[in-house]
Amino acid sequence: MSVAAEEVSWMDRNGLQRLIELLADEGHEVIGPRIDQGAIIYDSIRHVDELPRGWTEDSQPGTYRIQPRNDQEHFGFNVGPHSWKKYLFAPLTTVMRSRKTDQGWVMDSPQPELRRFAFLGVRACELAAIAVQDKVFMGAGTMDPEYQLRRSHLFIIAVQCTQAASTCFCTSMGTGPECHAGFDLALTEIEHGFLVVVGSDHGRRVMQSIDTRPASVDEITDGVRRRQRAVNQITRRLETDGIRDRLLSKLNHPQWDDVASRCLSCANCTMVCPTCFCHSVDEVHDLTNEEILRNRRWDSCFNVDFSHVAGGSVRDTTRSRYRQWLTHKLATWIDQFGSSGCVGCGRCITWCPVGIDLTHEVAMLCAEDAS
Amino acid sequence: MIKAMSKPKLAVVKFASCDGCQLTLLDAEDELLAIADAVHIAHFAEASSTLEPGPYDVTLVEGSITTQEDLERLLRLRADSRFLVTIGACATAGGVQALRNFADHDEFLKAVYAHPEYIHSLRTSTPISDHVPVDFELRGCPIDKHQLIEVLSSLIAGHRPRTSSECVCQPCKRRGTVCVVVAQGIACLGPVTQAGCGSICPAYDRGCYGCFGPSRQPNAMALSEGILQGASDRQQLANLLSNFNVAAPAFSAESQRLWQLSSRRSSK
Amino acid sequence: MNAPENPWLSYTAVIEEVRSEIESVTTLTLRLQDEGRAAQYRFAPGQFNMLYVPGCGEVAISMSGPVSDDGNRIVHTIRNVGRVTQAISQLGPDDVLGVRGPMGTPWPMEVLEGRDVILVTGGLGMAPLRPVVYELMREPSRFGRRTLLYGARSPDLLLYARELDAWRSSGIEIHLTVDRADPHWHGHVGVVPLLIDRLVDLAPSNTRMFLCGPEIMMHFSAKSALARGMAQEHVWLSMERNMQCAFGMCGHCQWGAHFVCRNGPVLRYDVAEPFLQVRDL
Repeated sequence: MSVAAEEVSWMDRNGLQRLIELLADEGHEVIGPRIDQGAIIYDSIRHVDELPRGWTEDSQPGTYRIQPRNDQEHFGFNVGPHSWKKYLFAPLTTVMRSRKTDQGWVMDSPQPELRRFAFLGVRACELAAIAVQDKVFMGAGTMDPEYQLRRSHLFIIAVQCTQAASTCFCTSMGTGPECHAGFDLALTEIEHGFLVVVGSDHGRRVMQSIDTRPASVDEITDGVRRRQRAVNQITRRLETDGIRDRLLSKLNHPQWDDVASRCLSCANCTMVCPTCFCHSVDEVHDLTNEEILRNRRWDSCFNVDFSHVAGGSVRDTTRSRYRQWLTHKLATWIDQFGSSGCVGCGRCITWCPVGIDLTHEVAMLCAEDAS
Repeated sequence: MIKAMSKPKLAVVKFASCDGCQLTLLDAEDELLAIADAVHIAHFAEASSTLEPGPYDVTLVEGSITTQEDLERLLRLRADSRFLVTIGACATAGGVQALRNFADHDEFLKAVYAHPEYIHSLRTSTPISDHVPVDFELRGCPIDKHQLIEVLSSLIAGHRPRTSSECVCQPCKRRGTVCVVVAQGIACLGPVTQAGCGSICPAYDRGCYGCFGPSRQPNAMALSEGILQGASDRQQLANLLSNFNVAAPAFSAESQRLWQLSSRRSSK
Repeated sequence: MNAPENPWLSYTAVIEEVRSEIESVTTLTLRLQDEGRAAQYRFAPGQFNMLYVPGCGEVAISMSGPVSDDGNRIVHTIRNVGRVTQAISQLGPDDVLGVRGPMGTPWPMEVLEGRDVILVTGGLGMAPLRPVVYELMREPSRFGRRTLLYGARSPDLLLYARELDAWRSSGIEIHLTVDRADPHWHGHVGVVPLLIDRLVDLAPSNTRMFLCGPEIMMHFSAKSALARGMAQEHVWLSMERNMQCAFGMCGHCQWGAHFVCRNGPVLRYDVAEPFLQVRDL
């Protein structure tokens, strides 16, 4: 989508503060990036001062460090250990209750808790990830009531990337770095302010209460230049041409043994992944066994028990579990949901404690294809 | 399963241990009355001086086997117990006292006791499962209160108990903790350690020290090779592995390997 | 806006009858307590329910009764093999379970119309095929030759043995085999796929085959069927995987591109074949 000059407005830092307040007044919990535990994470935001202004991060396979910038940008970083999925697809939630009464068992499901979130600082790859999870939790099949409720009340303020991390490869996955749709507002940070593009009626309504002016041609050109800088900085690549068939033809490749010798099967990649959706339901009961909750928690295909059947675990080796994760993410996801499960955010590379890089693994698996 | 018609008879018995795991039962303040109501506590020296003889429906066993006398007592206890649950790192892996398995037992005796000739202890500290069949195992140093209650309530209901087999990283990420290995370069055993503790340590900026023992299929060598750069880190990780679960096979194999590597380094 | 019903919600059902089948296998008859729901409940052969024991958990179990059953009579044949099935085995008449279902893709009964039908099964795999047998018995004229090939480890482990005579007298040709015979056994000894190899006058292009049993049995049975000239598209099988949500969301049952709970458990052989070849997939 090309944006004509008159559709882009300019807003200063006070405007951003006003935006946060307006959304909070509408009943939204505004969530945005802030610094905690040595990282840029997502948490509640009340004030622009809480944003990681003047900070960036260095993401490498298996290491991540926050670092001061030599300017005062509010969004001068990419993605950290958290993703937005923790708000829409909660790590832990109750899906059913059973109570033993004089009349016998009574079973019900609690009404999903309505939380009106406003996400501030959603990147292009993250918009793509939300779209991927939309298909999982409210696609053609069964609806997840909690996800659907939260998603339908979500306000999204996208932020355009103006730089890229070494682990980014959204350009390979066709998901970024530029946000084109799927947001209520999209911001590009330029010197002394933000360029704002409206993406929805709700976004337009909110912006009417904020002091803005039409952006100048120079400002718009500056925004384009900054967004292009992010494109230019992306060096990591994943060859996606025919990737489904290429990977599914390599289910017995020796590279799976090689990666299994390095992989901890610790599930960190799946926990930080913004699209991984696997979950389990646990029984939580009191000693009398008369008040029982069924709680859904994030689970992972890297768990030995995850594929357990009567005869034992189907995927009883790290080799088979890594293969399941990678081929699902990049190949069979396409059969299931019509798109790749990978959005190129690079979290699984950075947050793997031993720095396993899926783009490298795919390159090794498919090395002989090139020749 | 027990599915007792009357209240199941519970025994809590200790071998070589610090009593900390038994205390977890007493620490379950909110639930303790319900437990006392749901089971018949027949033998629990920490709580009551009335010690009833077996047989018991459920026996919680704390501690490791370090003397011949304890071994004989364990064999009798097993015969008296329908469902035997080992609780804690001592009972499930030999405990921190199993450090002696990797050292000279006589030297230790001489260093500690004025008259070692009066001490009749075994050369090794071994888990209960080395000697008798164990029906269920609760890890930890100490064990986790919620897991203990889960096991007891399952047994009371007549269900086979179950605890999660995931590693420490998953509850760690579910609670929103940022990985201390990746973001701070802290040595952490989380990726090879059984969950159950609530992943507390990384939430307070320190690495997991493995008190719940090895996870289901731990790749400890890949962890040390993957996160360690220098020899000092090797020693640090070997120290972490040589704690409460030092004698758990997956941990001892890797700590021995790391000790050998670092001693080879330093002798160069 | 009305939120959709939570797909994890179970409905209570009373155990009406418990019938012991073979060692550690029982058949339960359940009745949904909500009368309206019971009246609406319908299933197709090959579908399953998630049975829930409060405090213990859920397990996926196929329906093994006739499709004429509604929610007042839900029949499940269950082997006491895991945590939840063991808890179920401790229940008796008037005890209450939770039920979610019916779930899953059924056997494609429509493809059997006018065709020779071969059902191939081993062990407890007979249970999900019994509703198909009942359909074959109900209107024999709708089908051609009807054959059941059925194997068990030993004669005493043949499920529904008491019904076999009735099935035979309805015109279904039954060939049994066991791994280990006893002195009274007069049938075949050997693996199930051998029964396919030995079947006389198999008309491959007019035959449709349903397979249900251990994966290895289905794998080799399909190979035998293809060797007899059958087309991959004329063979269906029912897969077993860990099922938790049973609506294609939790990820547990994934097998290649399939959510076995939703795309299966019944899959056409040509769709399943690429993945059947791969170990630990």
